[in-house]
Amino acid sequence: MSGLVASGLVASGLGSFAGDAVDLQVQVDAISLGAIFALMAVGIGLVFGVMRLVNFAYGQLIMAGAFALAYASDRGWPVVAGIVLCFAVVLALSLAMERVVFRPLRTQSGAVMLIATFAVAFLLQSIALLWFGPLGKTATSLVELNRPVSIGGVDIRKITIVAIVTAAVCLALLVLLLNRTSIGLHMRAASLDFSTARLLGVRANLVSGVAVLIAGVLAAVVAVLLTVQYPTVTPTYALQETILVLAGVVVGGMTRLLSATLGGFLIGYVSGLLGGALPSSQSQYLPSFLFGLVILVLLVRPDGLFSRSRGVVERV
Amino acid sequence: MRARAAAVELLAPVALVAAAGVVGGLVSQTNQIYFITALISVSTVVAIYVFVGNSGVLSFGHISFFAVGVWAAGVLSIPEQEKPATMPYLFGFLSSTTVGNIPSLLIAAAVGGVFAFLVGLPLMRLSGLAAGIATFAVLGITNNVLRYYEKIGPGLNTFSSVPETTDVLQATVGAVLVVVAAFAYQRSRLGRQLRATREDPAAARAVGVSIYRQRLWAFGLSGFLAGFAGGLYIHFIPINVDAVYLDLTFTTLAMLVIGGATSLWGAVVGALFVSGLDSLLAEMEDGMTVLGVTIDLPAGSRIVVVSAIMALVLIVRPGGLTGGREVSLGGLGRRLRPAQAVAK
Repeated sequence: MSGLVASGLVASGLGSFAGDAVDLQVQVDAISLGAIFALMAVGIGLVFGVMRLVNFAYGQLIMAGAFALAYASDRGWPVVAGIVLCFAVVLALSLAMERVVFRPLRTQSGAVMLIATFAVAFLLQSIALLWFGPLGKTATSLVELNRPVSIGGVDIRKITIVAIVTAAVCLALLVLLLNRTSIGLHMRAASLDFSTARLLGVRANLVSGVAVLIAGVLAAVVAVLLTVQYPTVTPTYALQETILVLAGVVVGGMTRLLSATLGGFLIGYVSGLLGGALPSSQSQYLPSFLFGLVILVLLVRPDGLFSRSRGVVERV
Repeated sequence: MRARAAAVELLAPVALVAAAGVVGGLVSQTNQIYFITALISVSTVVAIYVFVGNSGVLSFGHISFFAVGVWAAGVLSIPEQEKPATMPYLFGFLSSTTVGNIPSLLIAAAVGGVFAFLVGLPLMRLSGLAAGIATFAVLGITNNVLRYYEKIGPGLNTFSSVPETTDVLQATVGAVLVVVAAFAYQRSRLGRQLRATREDPAAARAVGVSIYRQRLWAFGLSGFLAGFAGGLYIHFIPINVDAVYLDLTFTTLAMLVIGGATSLWGAVVGALFVSGLDSLLAEMEDGMTVLGVTIDLPAGSRIVVVSAIMALVLIVRPGGLTGGREVSLGGLGRRLRPAQAVAK
């Protein structure tokens, strides 16, 4: 299995080197999927860093945003209004989640918090099911972006470029925020050692609120980008992606935001490449290949591919 | 004194299960479904508890062992002449073999146990989030393979013509057996060693306990029981691959955490509480009259209410309904077990 993946990677690497048109398309698609996954990974990793909480309900935020977009396009609203609605819905939900669920559970164990976010995910999903039905709705206002543009003889869909650029801009802004502002400093301090940071005057509720808010902004951005490529919005929208990103974040290394982001990007990229490289008779087993890889990496590097490795066993 | 305390710890959950069984035997045919579902949930949740509760390591993979139990029992007990209709691509030996009720349950358990053991061999070296995600990956792979590999089962089709042998009696006996097995394990030398690693890994290692080996035993046993529960389930209702994936994983884990993940009593209480709540709401969706007031919830609202209550219970009582403690007569003096052990 790993041999197959490795050969796939080598083959596509060579392909892009040779400028092979078809493989370049696969490459660009894979990079754009990786970029979207990286944004989700940042959303999950940021909240984990500050609150030590794995937010399984992150995918449902994206789902809610996607439904907002679908609702707007149903009513024939202008694109901008739809995007504004999407951001409003996702941010309101994020803040409500933080206030009602995350904050009271902040001192609890990781397992309790994780199960609580399951419950929230379930709740949002079943509300969507009740509201929109299992078949969901379609968001069509931005499908224009699926049109290809020709660059150097290669047809590339506009959305892939938009996704890559958007992700790069978002990440750059986030890096600036974390490194150049005092709230960023507070967040970095909190993610290193929450209780010491509090002793030194970092306000816990503010920091976790801002982390959740940024994660929400990213979720809304992802919702906009994803609905262009997958316009049919159902109650399980983005669920599969969230699971993959969670796996990617852990594979990358959850303790640092950078390694988590790289992990998210990597799993999106590999998933895109494998999807392009596997013959169609085997493409239905794509999830098995991906999860198999995840297990392999975790066995070799349990702390994450990109983390600075510590001893596996904590000393007393 | 210790023997009496032990007897209480075993008898309380068994009595609760038996009571559910007796009531289930008395109610009307239509309501029996709820009780059988609840009793199978007890088997499933207790199976998960054997590993998660005793080791303190969260596993998302147990529904894969449940699923292979479903597949083993389902495929093997469908009558030979019915097999080509839903499973035309089956391996020769599977399509030419049909086994009875009890053997199929035992085979389901064995398949679940062996699968869990094999998966555990590499995976039990992991802990923390890595272990959680790796077990999740196992679930993803199992589901993906069962969904598309039609030589070992119906693929995307729903199982049909599986003899429906799981009645209230079998579900009750099954749940009691699982509870007794879980109890016997946690009182055994192996179980105590594993619980020691949960409370303090470093100290447990210092006195010579192998964390890896103890987790592996528990994982295998837990997979065995989960496979058995899967066997019971497929002999109860026809299901397809979607029924043994994420939803079931979350529901069963939520039952465990809501009951209190670190005690057998918690696992049983959680399973019965959530199942009971779910059944009640299902009735309300059909319209139910309580004290002259007719409650009629819109269809589909029960999952909304159940998940909202799950979140609420966790916020108000993060240790679960039982606080993760076993039953004790005295109550005082025995409350040593911290509720936050399922953290790493």
